Amino acid sequence: MTMAQTTASAQIGPSEGVLTRLSDTLWRRPTLLLLILLTPPALWLGIIYLGSLFALLLQSFFSIDHFTGLINHEFTLATYAELFTPANFDIIRRTVGMAALVTVASAVIAFPIAYYAARYAKGAWRALFYLGIMMPLWSSYLVKVYAWKLILAKEGILTWIFEGLHLTWLLDAYLALPVIGGNSLSVSPTGTFLVFVYVWLPYIVLPIQAALERVPTSMLEASGDLGAKPAQTFRHVLLPLALPGVIAGSIFTFSLTLGDYIIPQIIGTSRLFIGQAVYQHQGIAGNIPLAAAFAVVPIVIMGVYLWIAKRMGAFDAL
Amino acid sequence: MHSDHASLKLKIAAAAGLLFLHLPIALIFVYAFTTEEKSFQWPPPGYTLKWFAATWDRPDVWEAMALSLKVAAISTLLAMLLGTLCAAAVSRTKFFGRESISLLVILPIALPGVVTGIALRSAFSIAEVPFSTWTIVLGHATFCVVIVYNNAVARFRRTSGSLIEASMDLGANLFQTLRHVILPNIATALVVGGMLAFALSFDEVIVTTFTAGQQQTLPIWMLEELVRPRERPVTNVVAMVVVLVTLLPILGAYYLTRGTEAVAGQGK
Repeated sequence: MTMAQTTASAQIGPSEGVLTRLSDTLWRRPTLLLLILLTPPALWLGIIYLGSLFALLLQSFFSIDHFTGLINHEFTLATYAELFTPANFDIIRRTVGMAALVTVASAVIAFPIAYYAARYAKGAWRALFYLGIMMPLWSSYLVKVYAWKLILAKEGILTWIFEGLHLTWLLDAYLALPVIGGNSLSVSPTGTFLVFVYVWLPYIVLPIQAALERVPTSMLEASGDLGAKPAQTFRHVLLPLALPGVIAGSIFTFSLTLGDYIIPQIIGTSRLFIGQAVYQHQGIAGNIPLAAAFAVVPIVIMGVYLWIAKRMGAFDAL
Repeated sequence: MHSDHASLKLKIAAAAGLLFLHLPIALIFVYAFTTEEKSFQWPPPGYTLKWFAATWDRPDVWEAMALSLKVAAISTLLAMLLGTLCAAAVSRTKFFGRESISLLVILPIALPGVVTGIALRSAFSIAEVPFSTWTIVLGHATFCVVIVYNNAVARFRRTSGSLIEASMDLGANLFQTLRHVILPNIATALVVGGMLAFALSFDEVIVTTFTAGQQQTLPIWMLEELVRPRERPVTNVVAMVVVLVTLLPILGAYYLTRGTEAVAGQGK
């Protein structure tokens, strides 16, 4: 042992003596080491990120003078009150409603994929399933939206399929419906909904799969042995056990839909979503206070959502 | 009785779900070869390779690509540095405020991109920072930290502390230990985190629209084409290339993390 130590210190040599001394100091004072490790990331995130967020929050308490277009730097809640005018509140309601619908639809489509992957996929199939979810998840967001522009276009593949099946009348009847219909699918709320579901679906599959993997097969077998039909086993055993995973995954689909402003801009009607309102008020209108107040809305909603999710045990499933 | 085989209904539902995820992307590959210029006509009236040559000759596409690669490279390096430091601090010791550090790292990706974007934009205008490559990097590095951090934290947890103590007992100083023990142990996790951060930055558009000013990254170029389609065939080709470019780091990350419990890409 002494030998080894002597050789080691002999190898270090005089030029590295400073490093060794520094190293000894750091080893003896873990707090100092911790400080050195933490300072750069804490400064970066604390100053650049949190600083910007607080600046934004601050601006939401200012207001704009509608006659001069100048920002009035006095503390007021008037800008927040503006959120509750019928036009603005409609935007919030529309966005939250869409986020809820998208989340439910994603969960329904994701569940069978996650269940099959968790319970039946083995070996190479398992890897294939994993990549089958990972690749769409990481594929370019804009390319995915673009693909749907191709699909939903009037001259696109969906119209062609309906024609081939002689079901054009069905598509036309659907598009003639109020609220969900429109001139063509690419300018209807249904189009927006489809693209949202498509783009955020992969994010909910993995948390559900993780939760399902922890459900012991013996429990499902016991339920069957005790006379439950598959549907009853699903309703009373599988679903309650998988629920934390579903909620964990729903955090992503809900939050991502809430803040998106590109999809409704490209596919859908001219009616605004929260993200678009933020973008327009800060850009063309120059109404930074109202844009900031709109940006606070998804933060507050997600805060409440995360609090509920935590109470339902969703974070243990992540 | 539950058998070991999935019911037909489950099989069909799972297969349909996966097809729904993959067919739209497959469609992109078909459209890159279509002879149709003015519309999104299906089925394509004919197939050609000429749009690849046309895209190759476009300086604006190359410039956007170069800016995207530059931003992604710098942001990835910054994120790797900051993310690793943070992970080392959080996994080695327990200290007051540890939980808030984890939260601080995750926040930029947990909050909607539009919030991060407008927060940075208004901060730039308050501080009178002119738009440049660095304003884009500032935003990208901020949300890429979490990707590196997640991968590094998982690896640090599995690296036994006794290895480091053994190295120090045998006379190595902290820097030699870092070089010969810690870095080799966390290397693959760092590479994976870096690749995923690169893919995330290369593709990012929401925050970038707020921090880029007049500059065009490749996603911003795509976005302009999506809002006001001018050259559909070139867009088709660019879309296909982007799919291929972003897939490489994902497959690489998957290959490197096979068989470990830390699954690549969960952090996005």
